[in-house]
Amino acid sequence: MKFGTEIVALGLFAFVALVAAGFGVDEPFRQHMWVLLIVLLGFITILLRNTSFAAPAAIDPSAYMDGPIRYGAIATMFWGVVGMLVGVVIALQLAYPDLNIEPWFNFGRLRPLHTSGVVFAFGGNALICTSLYVVQRTCRARLFGGDLAWFVFWGYQLFIVMAATGYLLGITESREYAEPEWYVDLWLTIVWVAYLVLFLGTILKRREPHIYVANWFYLSFIVTIAMLHVINNLSMPVSFVGSKSYSAFSGVQDALTQWWYGHNAVGFFLTAGFLGMMYYFVPKQANRPVYSYRLSIIHFWALIFLYIWAGPHHLHYTALPDWAQTLGMVFSIMLWMPSWGGMINGLMTLSGAWDKLRTDPIIRMMVMAIAFYGMSTFEGPMMSIKAVNSLSHYTDWTIGHVHSGALGWVGMISFGAIYFMVPKLWNRDRLYSLRLVNWHFWLATLGIVVYAAVMWVSGVMQGLMWREYDEQGFLVYSFAETVAAMHPYYVMRALGGAMYLAGMLIMAWNIAMTILGYQREEQPMPDPVPALQPAE
Amino acid sequence: MGLMDKHAVIEKNATLLLVGSLLVVTVGGIVEIAPLFYLDNTIEKVEGMRPYSPLELAGRNIYVREGCYLCHSQMIRPFRDEVERYGHYSLAAESMYDHPFQWGSKRTGPDLARVGDRYSNGWHVQHLTDPRSVVPESIMPSYAFLKNTPIEVKDFSTHLIANKRVAVPYSDDMIANANADLMAQADANVDTSGLEARYPKAKLGDFDGNPQQVTEMDALVAYLQMLGTLVDFKNYDEAAGYR
Repeated sequence: MKFGTEIVALGLFAFVALVAAGFGVDEPFRQHMWVLLIVLLGFITILLRNTSFAAPAAIDPSAYMDGPIRYGAIATMFWGVVGMLVGVVIALQLAYPDLNIEPWFNFGRLRPLHTSGVVFAFGGNALICTSLYVVQRTCRARLFGGDLAWFVFWGYQLFIVMAATGYLLGITESREYAEPEWYVDLWLTIVWVAYLVLFLGTILKRREPHIYVANWFYLSFIVTIAMLHVINNLSMPVSFVGSKSYSAFSGVQDALTQWWYGHNAVGFFLTAGFLGMMYYFVPKQANRPVYSYRLSIIHFWALIFLYIWAGPHHLHYTALPDWAQTLGMVFSIMLWMPSWGGMINGLMTLSGAWDKLRTDPIIRMMVMAIAFYGMSTFEGPMMSIKAVNSLSHYTDWTIGHVHSGALGWVGMISFGAIYFMVPKLWNRDRLYSLRLVNWHFWLATLGIVVYAAVMWVSGVMQGLMWREYDEQGFLVYSFAETVAAMHPYYVMRALGGAMYLAGMLIMAWNIAMTILGYQREEQPMPDPVPALQPAE
Repeated sequence: MGLMDKHAVIEKNATLLLVGSLLVVTVGGIVEIAPLFYLDNTIEKVEGMRPYSPLELAGRNIYVREGCYLCHSQMIRPFRDEVERYGHYSLAAESMYDHPFQWGSKRTGPDLARVGDRYSNGWHVQHLTDPRSVVPESIMPSYAFLKNTPIEVKDFSTHLIANKRVAVPYSDDMIANANADLMAQADANVDTSGLEARYPKAKLGDFDGNPQQVTEMDALVAYLQMLGTLVDFKNYDEAAGYR
């Protein structure tokens, strides 16, 4: 392969980065451009080293294009470990504040690294690689656009590296889950449009009459995220060679735009996209058809219509007008129904195959994911009720809720999909070890249970302490006392997170050994059925 | 069921599916967000709100940069305990010049919407340098490096111009004096009458106790000390403010 055009384009891009590093008006921007330059030079070096003047092997246009998916699976593992490790670190920082190392590794800079690392780096790579896997197989078509998939993969990794290093340098718009500054946002927009073209183009050249339900979810996730990303990140840069920009909107309008985005990053990135994953990998692994076609139609349209309204429940009792808060609450409660429609469709797909729960740890993982999806989509509407929210808002309860969704639903369904895909992508008979999958399952499940339960207790306790009055009508606790009361819970939470991370490390080992072609010698799962004993 | 059969049309046409789902997801945003831009009663009428002074704006940018909003809200809800703990509940008008808003979503630390004037400058500097030396229970990171980092000003008027482009009413006078105002606000020995006319109620003086240079600590403390101080709630009439 020769990469002439790519190398020249990257070279020009690197030159622009060098110029920007020289002329930058603020120190973080100059540092950020040096990072970009080094990354781009790294890309160029790799391309140069892989250049070969032999005639390229002919590409079979009817074969699936799995190269970017294999890279995507590895990237998912890598960023998963990184994102969750940072999570454990910041959990420990809250328990032991001396672990903060100013300025680059203070909590305030590491938390966006954790959230973006897990949501966009781990979750995003899982979504991109599974969506490209699913769309080819359900459309019986090779990916559209030649090397476009490689651009999407590497372009997305560049976005992650720029976002992550930016956070550590203090480059942020302070919009939760949309922190990257204007120039990184522009780059993501380009990559995301390319992803949309890639995905839609593949659907358009399909050799199946129907578009499979998983692809509806993936498509609506891609197009909605494009809309949310562009509108929420509208901002005015101070300089074209500076990192700082000022949001286009202010105060109350800015707040609702952000939470319209923020809640639908949950609704479309972390829900619709992963439901697409569920609709392909659960039926495949269980070897059963999707439970109900009608239910999938109804819950798809209801889900995408209702989710977009739910944002104001992040702003209950704030200066947002009451009518908007109430509207957001009502739609959030209605959202419970389509969410459970999806849960029922996923769970009932196992009807006739429930015995596999006992024998197949991958199915067990997927079912646990759907169960956590059901749990957190019940908890969410409940917390959006204003009376409940008056207690839960600003406390750790919200953090617990997010993690039962992210660790339980998003994490577990992704693990199931990766365990399913990897042996097929690398032509292996089976995973390195099913017993290790079982270990991963139990560590992850117990980790989530510890995490969520601890955050419920600390969140409710915190909320109650803030509003506790004595009989003379004075507030009982100073704020500092409520902080001190959280310490034991923060230690236990870090423990729950560490268990989940340990499971993730076992998975990374298992996947790496599978890719390298090893098979662990172990007792097959399930255990041999014990011989029947006569009753005494 | 007739309607369900018709769904096959959408399932066989990717463009229809794309456009259909895009239309469905735009409705909620249009109904909820768009009216906030034209309904007058979204933002109350209050006296006293003004754009941030250059030093306050620079401090606010440091507040954003360090991710303070991840642990501190700036939004007091209208509950008895919050009003007693933090002061009058927050008005929409009080963040009308905030690009971006800093309401926050979590209170690992206390709300800061009205922290201005509550503590001395010295307390803030000590607290930011070594939080547990003044609040033993605190789990806040240390920000001692701010004291040793001179503020990088360059041409600060570009920041005011960017804000003006997104509708913050900075006057030409304010823009022309941006750099001078920024330095003057943290200097106890210069004439600040122009600054005070442009930015009423601005807190003046050497905030970080180091008269040699204007540091990021000066800017951050200047910002913290003005939070929630612009609207005078002794004279605020809720009924008259409602539009």
